Amino acid sequence: MFSLGLIGLLVRRDLIFVLMSLEVMLNAAGLAFVVAGSRWQQADGQIVFLFILAMAAAEVSVGLALVLQVYHRFKSLDVDALNEMRG
Amino acid sequence: MMELLWVIVAIPFASACVLAVLGSHLSHRVVTAWGVGSIGVSAAISMLVAADFVSAPPVGHAYTEFLWTWISIAGFQPHIGFYLDALSLVMILVVTFVSFWIHLYSVEFMRHDDGYSRFFAYMNLFVASMLTLLLADNLLLLYLGWEGVGLCSYLLIGFWYRDPANGLAARKAFIVTRVGDTAMLLGVFLLFTNLGTMQIQDLMHRASEQWAVGSPLAIAAALLLLAGAVGKSAQLPLQVWLPDAMAGPTPTSALIHAATMVTAGVYLIARTHGLFALAPVAQLTVAAVGAATLVLAGCSALTQHDIKRVLAYSTVSQIGYMFLALGVGAWSAAIFHFVTHAFFKALLFLGAGVIIEALHDEHSIFRMGGLRKELPVAFWTFLIGGCSLAGLPFITAGFYSKDLIIWGAWSAAQGHPGFWIVGMVGALLTSLYTFRVIFRVFFGPIQTPVGMHPGYAMTMPLVILAFCAIVGGAVKDHLLAFVQSTLPVMVEVHAAGMTETLSEVVAAFAFLIGLCVAYLFHLRKQSLAEQAVTNPAGRALHAWWCAGWGFDWLYDRVFVQPVLWLARSNKNDFIDTFYAGIARLTETLYRALQLTQTGLVRWYAAGLAVGSVLFLAIVVFS
Repeated sequence: MFSLGLIGLLVRRDLIFVLMSLEVMLNAAGLAFVVAGSRWQQADGQIVFLFILAMAAAEVSVGLALVLQVYHRFKSLDVDALNEMRG
Repeated sequence: MMELLWVIVAIPFASACVLAVLGSHLSHRVVTAWGVGSIGVSAAISMLVAADFVSAPPVGHAYTEFLWTWISIAGFQPHIGFYLDALSLVMILVVTFVSFWIHLYSVEFMRHDDGYSRFFAYMNLFVASMLTLLLADNLLLLYLGWEGVGLCSYLLIGFWYRDPANGLAARKAFIVTRVGDTAMLLGVFLLFTNLGTMQIQDLMHRASEQWAVGSPLAIAAALLLLAGAVGKSAQLPLQVWLPDAMAGPTPTSALIHAATMVTAGVYLIARTHGLFALAPVAQLTVAAVGAATLVLAGCSALTQHDIKRVLAYSTVSQIGYMFLALGVGAWSAAIFHFVTHAFFKALLFLGAGVIIEALHDEHSIFRMGGLRKELPVAFWTFLIGGCSLAGLPFITAGFYSKDLIIWGAWSAAQGHPGFWIVGMVGALLTSLYTFRVIFRVFFGPIQTPVGMHPGYAMTMPLVILAFCAIVGGAVKDHLLAFVQSTLPVMVEVHAAGMTETLSEVVAAFAFLIGLCVAYLFHLRKQSLAEQAVTNPAGRALHAWWCAGWGFDWLYDRVFVQPVLWLARSNKNDFIDTFYAGIARLTETLYRALQLTQTGLVRWYAAGLAVGSVLFLAIVVFS
C-alpha cells in the first residue's frame, strides 16, 4: 500500500492525485502501526494512528487550500509546470 | 593636597571623553568651557600640589600614589600608580601651565573651524596622556602615555583631513616615531626580563646593584631607550617627521611639537638617568646625537621659507641642546632648558599663528614684512621670544639655560671642548635664523596687507608667555636646586682653560654676530642674501639644507622604495593562489550541484524515496 502510494506520488502529475497518493502513504503507515500494536499487544499503535489521522486531516486542509491558490495563480494543477524554483 | 595627584590626570581625560562622545551635540560655549576649563582646573591643582610639595617635602623628596593593580599574571603586576618628585613636578607644572594658555589661544584661533569640539577633545586627550607619561611610576604606564601622546600627535597633524598632504604628514610622523617606539619597547622588555620589575625607581636601584658600569646589558638597554627618545624628540636620525608635522593647526604645533611632547625623550632619559650612568657609552651617544642634531637642524632652519618650518627646525635644534646637556651629565641644565624652551617656543609658535591668520594663511617669510606697526603685540612678544631663543644676554631666560648647557658641555663629567664648540656654533646659528625671521617678518616694506587683528584670547597668552620667557631666568638657582633633589648634581671636572663667565661672554658674542649678520643680510642689504643663494655653490648648499640635509631622500631610497618594489613584485600574492584555488573548487562544485535543482517536485520526491531506501538498506545489511 505504501509502495502504491509512492508510485502514485511519482507518476501522477495532477496535484489532487499527488495529495491523494500522499494520503494513501499515510494510511499505509497508520495500518503498519495498528498491525504492529496488535502483534505485540500494545495500545501505542492505535494511539499513534489517531495522531496520524488528526495530522492527515490538518495536512489535507492546508494542502487543498494551497491547491486552490496554485490553481488561481497558474490556471493549472500540473506539478511539472510549477518549476519556477529551478536553480 | 598631594592625594589629589590623580585628579590632575583624570580631569583632562574625562573632559576628552565627554567632548569626544557628546561634542557634536554641545554648543560652542559649552565645548569651550569643557575644553579650556578642564585644563585650567588641572593647572590649578598642579600648582596646589606643587605648593604642598615645596612647603612640606615628603619623605625622600618623592611621593607615590598607588591607585590599582593594572594586570596580574604570574608575578607580572604592573599597577596604575603615580610618582611625584622634583623632576615630574616641574614637568607637570610647565605642561599644564603652557597647555592652559595654548587652549585659551585656541578658543579664538579655531573659532570658525568645523571640528571645534573634535579639536578640544584631541587636545585634552593629549594633555591627559602627557601627564600620564610624566607621572607614571612604572615603565608600562609610561609607555601607555608615550603612545597616547603619539596618537594625539597623529590625530592633530592630520586634523584638517580633507587635504591629503596633511594625512601623509600625519602618517609619516606616526610611522617614524613608531620606529623609535619599537626600540623603546624592546628596551623595556630587556629591563623587565633581566631585573624583574617595571617600577622605575626599583629598576634604577636593581640596575646599579646588579650591573657593573659599562656592562653590555646596561648599554643595550640604555641605547634602546635612547632610540625611543630619539624618535619622540625628533633627533638624528629620526628627525624627519617634525618639520612635516607643521601641517597641523598652529596651537597644536605650539603645544605638542614644540613645548611638551617632543621633550618626552628628554624626560625619559632624565627619568632613567641611573641607567645611563651605568652606560657611559650610551650617554656619550646621547651627547653626540644632540650635538649633531643641533647643528644640522640649525643649518636647515636658516634656509626655510615657511615660518612654521623655521620654528620646527629650531625646536629640533633646541632639543638637541637638551640631549647634549643630558649626555654630558648636566642633567638639571637640560630640565631648565626644557622649562625656558617650553615658554619661548610656545610663544613663538602662537605669535606665528597670529601672523599667519592675520595674513590669510600666508606662511612664507619672504611675503611678509613691515608687521611691526600693524601687529604691535605680536611684534613685541615675538621679539621677546626670539631674543630668548637666541639668548639675549642677561635679560632673557633662554640665555641662562643655554649658557648653562654650553658651559656644561665643556666642564661636566662627559664634557669635551668639541661639544663646547658645537654648542657655540649652534648659538650663532640660532641667533642668525631667529633674527632672519624677525627682520623679514616685522621690518622692511609691507608685502601682504593685514586682514584681521587678534583678539584678547590670542594676545593674552602671548603676553603671559612673554613674561615667563623673561623672568624664567630669574628662578634659575631655585629651580636647579629643586631639581637636584632628584637628578645628580653636575660635577665640574674639566674646568681647566675656561670659566663660566668667559663661556657666557663668548656666547654673548655669538649672539651679537648672529644678530649683525642677520641684520646685514636680511634688512640692510637683502641683495647680499640673494647673491649668496644665486651662486652655484650657495644654491646647491641652500637646496641641500632646505631639504633637511636630504634625509627624506635618503630614507625614501633606502627604506621606502625597496618596500614598494617588494610589494609591487608580489602584487599577485603567491600564497593567495592557494585560497583562490579553494574558491574555484567550491564554485565548480556549486555549478555541478546546481544542475540537480530542477524545480520539479516529483524528481525531489523520487530522490527522497531512493535515498531513504538506500540508507535503510545500508542500516539493515551492514
